[in-house]
Amino acid sequence: MQNKIYDTLIIGAGIVGCSVARYLSKYKGGIAVLERKEDVCCGTSKANSGIVHAGFDAKHGTLMALYNVRGSRMYPKLSEELDFKYENNGSIVLCLSEEDRPKLVSLYENGVRNGVFGLRIVERDELLTLEPHISDEAVCALYAPAGGIVCPFDATFAMAENAAHNGAEFFFDTKVTDIVREDELWKVVTTRGSYLTRTVVNAAGCYSDVFHNMVSSSKIKITPRRGEYFLLDRTAGGYVSHTIFRLPGKMGKGVLVTPTVHGNILVGPTAEDIDDKDDVSTTADGLDKIRLQSALSIKDLPLNKTITSFSGLRSHEAGHEFIIGEPEDAEGFFDCAGIESPGLSAAPAIGEDIATMIADKLNLEEKEDFDPYRTGILDPLTLDEDRLNELIKVRPDYGKIICRCESVTEGQIRDAIRRIPGARSIDGVKRRVRAGMGRCQGGFCSPSVMEIIADELNCDISDVTKKGQGSEIILGENKVL
Amino acid sequence: MTCYEVVVIGGGPAGLAAAISAYENGCRSILLIERDKKLGGILNQCIHNGFGLHTFKEELTGPEYADRYSRRFYETGADLMLQTTVLDISEDKVIRAINEKDGLVTVKAKAIVLSMGCRERSRGALNIPGTRPAGVYSAGTAQKLVNIDGKMPGKKVVILGSGDIGLIMARRMTLEGAKVLAVVELMPYSGGLKRNIVQCLEDFDIPLYLSHTVTKVEGENRVEAVTVSEVDENRKPIQGTEIRYECDTLLLSCGLIPENELTQGLGASMNKVTNGPVVDSDLETSIPGVFACGNVLHVHDLVDFVSEEASDAGRNAAMYAAAEPRYKVKTKIPVKFSKEIRYTVPSSVVLAGISEDIKLRFRVGNIYRYKKVTALAGDRVLAKKIRKVMTPGEMEEIVLPIGKLKDIKGALEITITVEDND
Ligand SMILES: Cc1cc2nc3c(=O)[nH]c(=O)nc-3n(C[C@H](O)[C@H](O)[C@H](O)COP(=O)(O)OP(=O)(O)OC[C@H]3O[C@@H](n4cnc5c(N)ncnc54)[C@H](O)[C@@H]3O)c2cc1C
Ligand SMILES: Cc1cc2nc3c(=O)[nH]c(=O)nc-3n(C[C@H](O)[C@H](O)[C@H](O)COP(=O)(O)OP(=O)(O)OC[C@H]3O[C@@H](n4cnc5c(N)ncnc54)[C@H](O)[C@@H]3O)c2cc1C
Repeated sequence: MQNKIYDTLIIGAGIVGCSVARYLSKYKGGIAVLERKEDVCCGTSKANSGIVHAGFDAKHGTLMALYNVRGSRMYPKLSEELDFKYENNGSIVLCLSEEDRPKLVSLYENGVRNGVFGLRIVERDELLTLEPHISDEAVCALYAPAGGIVCPFDATFAMAENAAHNGAEFFFDTKVTDIVREDELWKVVTTRGSYLTRTVVNAAGCYSDVFHNMVSSSKIKITPRRGEYFLLDRTAGGYVSHTIFRLPGKMGKGVLVTPTVHGNILVGPTAEDIDDKDDVSTTADGLDKIRLQSALSIKDLPLNKTITSFSGLRSHEAGHEFIIGEPEDAEGFFDCAGIESPGLSAAPAIGEDIATMIADKLNLEEKEDFDPYRTGILDPLTLDEDRLNELIKVRPDYGKIICRCESVTEGQIRDAIRRIPGARSIDGVKRRVRAGMGRCQGGFCSPSVMEIIADELNCDISDVTKKGQGSEIILGENKVL
Repeated sequence: MTCYEVVVIGGGPAGLAAAISAYENGCRSILLIERDKKLGGILNQCIHNGFGLHTFKEELTGPEYADRYSRRFYETGADLMLQTTVLDISEDKVIRAINEKDGLVTVKAKAIVLSMGCRERSRGALNIPGTRPAGVYSAGTAQKLVNIDGKMPGKKVVILGSGDIGLIMARRMTLEGAKVLAVVELMPYSGGLKRNIVQCLEDFDIPLYLSHTVTKVEGENRVEAVTVSEVDENRKPIQGTEIRYECDTLLLSCGLIPENELTQGLGASMNKVTNGPVVDSDLETSIPGVFACGNVLHVHDLVDFVSEEASDAGRNAAMYAAAEPRYKVKTKIPVKFSKEIRYTVPSSVVLAGISEDIKLRFRVGNIYRYKKVTALAGDRVLAKKIRKVMTPGEMEEIVLPIGKLKDIKGALEITITVEDND
């Protein structure tokens, strides 16, 4: 047992947990984030559509609608403060038959009531000027200029780094197994010892029901709802420029097609309820569905340029609503449960609110020296020639390209590992600086990345993992002859 | 800005042979740029033998073959930048490259030879369903770990794809003490050389399943099992044929993709079948003065043919840089081919001023037995050969003799046909 008493322990280092940590680090008080995996952003926050939803979809009057609209308005400024990639590319919801037009109109009205700016219905002619490859069936669409896209990894890392910079601690490979009330405090039991704290934030994603149900008698149930995707190569980039949804209609719910902030195209997700809260496998059926469904929205989408497929799990709560704040019978325990889509969009607003609730509860004062800024990892190739050459004189490793597909230098990879919290695995490096994220998916650079990780972490190359303990790359030495 | 007559990009067997040939054809201002710390390209990790049978009439290992060319390259005294990656090339042939010592470097070339090699198709490109644990590697990554670093990436292995690298790794992993359970190939025939199937699989009793594919990967952190299914004639898995293999590693050897970011950045026309640039019989791309050879142009099975093709590219680059008039205005006669053939390199022939036979390389799309391959200009036969067997895994060639070519001025196209030989 640690002697220190924390003001707040946050379970889960996804976008929600990191956002809470970031906004809470504005206040004086001891905070720590407990994460079962080896790094930040290993759960749902790493596998989603990366869309900052404008907020027309969530039902008016729900917390989902409220936090979505507020969160999405926070993104432009936040992305500047924290230096992560965000683009206001606008969203489009296609309507494929006249029959469905009334549904499009109600979506528009719902959006207006939610307070979404700039919504309007566009007819086919205008639609074609917005997106030339749109399906021949599309009759009209809802256009939401407020919609955006974000790099979900970068946003999560940025929040985490800024929180750490302002004093939050992070404990990885630390799985919370129990929470018990001890007098006025909570004892949080983990696989790496126990911690005492005044408040607990439950930001455990698909596992948020487990922790809620540990402390409250009003039970909730979170069902993992899996969504599968294809990611297309950057050479397919530009095929669409807006995020393109389809109105749920007689052809099913449809999948979306969107550019990513890195210039790839993302196609998906499917929706399938499953039992296993960790099963992010892809299925042949799911991938087939994406092929069929995407063809209904966009013509001749170059799916042959797929570079990877993946899946993520929505924490679907039975009532399809976010559960935010203290349950009546668990004082000092704050839920961020059932944060399914639009959770990424809502995360900044949720973080801000939970931080305020906790600060009020514990009477925390604001810090005078809170620093809201974080600078992302420098991409040397964005510098002009003179500045680049000056830099390489001091840091020659910025002159050495390791990942050829994404032109990532050794310097960037070292920076990714040196960040706080920093990359510990090949996937951690990949999510921070995109080494191995390109069309060969690490085929050529992973051995070099492994060497750099081993060097920075001062460990043997055989200890380097893909994504934490148990995922070592090397299983032994060659036979000694 | 430094200027060169010929700049060669990539120091694998193709780049080396191109640079040497440019020198032998009189060019004295040559720069070779290579990203790695050593010349030789992918050959450095191919420590098995079987290289050089055609060129040197003896069996060398990959590094030995590379070494012979490196030494000849060093003898020319051409300039070399190692550990330097080319970032982009502009249309007026200004090359931007970067390294640790000099930072960003720009050089201008009169002629450029592209010889950047290729990379392996990844799991993602194959869309194999299942989990995404450690233990799924391309065969080339495994080859590097085993042969260069002396580390074993797995102990119980299934290999998807019967390309040569996969076959060679099946043997290599077995020799290092791993158990290779099966090699699984989607197509009804292997993509590799016959000799590799015999020497790497049959000699080690490793089963090869044709018309099969991997339909599932299991294991959260590390591969725990893969499922293999038979496929029908449309290459769709057949339900009920699943076999589950408990294993810790899945190696992928499912084809190579030419590495053409630079080429595409330059705006050269690309061939959709080879994924390499379109070239004429001078190996010149659609950008005047930019030549291509080796795996960046089309994937080769044997390095000997890479060297041979690259020599031609190097010679042409040297002549272009020397402002030979024949490169100024070219009349290109397109090469057409029958449906059995997937592509030809070159895809057009330039007759004016030729001094040598023209070798057309091509691949077929299926297994063909007892066929007659004919090259025609109108109804004139330029060349003819009988092939007992042709497979997609082995590159074919047909030589158009200079004597015949000289007679076909004015021909509108050259056609390659494949017919039964009865
Ligand atoms: C297919 C799909 C598409 C989506 N698309 C969008 C979109 O476009 N826009 C949008 O706004 N939202 C989208 N979402 C929703 C969004 O991704 C989520 O709402 C958001 O990522 C949830 O973040 P989180 O931090 O709550 O969860 P997570 O990122 O899952 O974080 C929870 C963390 O808790 C950790 N944890 C769990 N149990 C324990 C334990 N016992 N001890 C310690 N740590 C533990 C986990 O390891 C994990 O790191 C999508 C979701 C899915 C699945
Ligand atoms: C993993 C793998 C294993 C193989 N194993 C065998 C085998 O066992 N037997 C066999 O006969 N054939 C094998 N081959 C085929 C073999 O690649 C060819 O025979 C031959 O090596 C191709 O030569 P190349 O010069 O075209 O390409 P490479 O040998 O790939 O050389 C290309 C060179 O260009 C450099 N380069 C690329 N881009 C840049 C840039 N932007 N700036 C600077 N330099 C750059 C690369 O670093 C590399 O050194 C293998 C191929 C691969 C990919």
